[in-house]
Amino acid sequence: MVRRRTRGQSVTDIDMTPMIDMTFQLIAFFMFVVNFSEAEQDDRIQLPSSQLAKPAETPFEVPITLQLTSSGSLVYAGELFEVASLGTVLEREKTVILDTGKEPADATIIVRADGRSPTGEVQEIIRICQEKGFEKFALRAKYDEGG
Amino acid sequence: MADADTRPARQRLADKIDINMTPMIDIVFQLLAFFIMTLKIVQPEGDFDVRMPLGAAAAAAPDEEQIPPIRIRLTAGETGLGGIEMNGTPVASFEELQELVIALVGLDSGPNSIADKTEVELDCDEQLPYEYVVNAISAVSGTVQDGQIIELVKKIKFAPPRDNP
Repeated sequence: MVRRRTRGQSVTDIDMTPMIDMTFQLIAFFMFVVNFSEAEQDDRIQLPSSQLAKPAETPFEVPITLQLTSSGSLVYAGELFEVASLGTVLEREKTVILDTGKEPADATIIVRADGRSPTGEVQEIIRICQEKGFEKFALRAKYDEGG
Repeated sequence: MADADTRPARQRLADKIDINMTPMIDIVFQLLAFFIMTLKIVQPEGDFDVRMPLGAAAAAAPDEEQIPPIRIRLTAGETGLGGIEMNGTPVASFEELQELVIALVGLDSGPNSIADKTEVELDCDEQLPYEYVVNAISAVSGTVQDGQIIELVKKIKFAPPRDNP
């Protein structure tokens, strides 16, 4: 009686080792690829690609990301604007920068413009930013390995 | 180990310490689920730095060492790009533009080199799709040879926008 019960128990005992091995491998993989960076990206924008657009090693000191869709609307902090109303947005941003003891010239305007958007709109954004005292711009492009 | 075989089966089993795996597996699966859910596939992106203070072009005193800027004119056409001109001469493609820039400034981009002092001014039509501007900036700012980036002209500025006819 006792013998039979012990034998039955040993049969139902599943070997967990391969599953735990796999699970730890998966965890390790996801830990390596996880990215907590707050990079602003938007699915509505298809960036132009370039072989020279290597990802920057050091992040900008004061980054302000302005995104331009192909239809000519501006996406800033997740909200949709018209390019004409950029001035008020930047004015607010400028006050924040001045409050932290920095100058607008220290900030970098990251322009993530869609490849199909008209150049005139991009230049208009740059012009409005210049009027508010910003002078460093970074034109963002998708890094293209193949060329 | 010889005496172990003579013991009854029940006693042999009791020797083996059974670790309760359930809490560990619970935690491990929780971790796995967390990492799967936070996974965000980010495409690698890079920047072209452009420094353009307002009115600097007009205020800058003419410098004797200053090499006149390379003017690149990009016109908009029916399907996108109309034409490329470098200092008034038509250029067929961005590859040719790059060759012309290399011929002008050379491949040395160290401090005080010609490439370091040269400036490129982009003069674009308002309706030109922006990707061609990025192509032009790529062509003048560097070239990839054997996987290495060789920098060319780093100073890039825009001319005031033009209206399309």
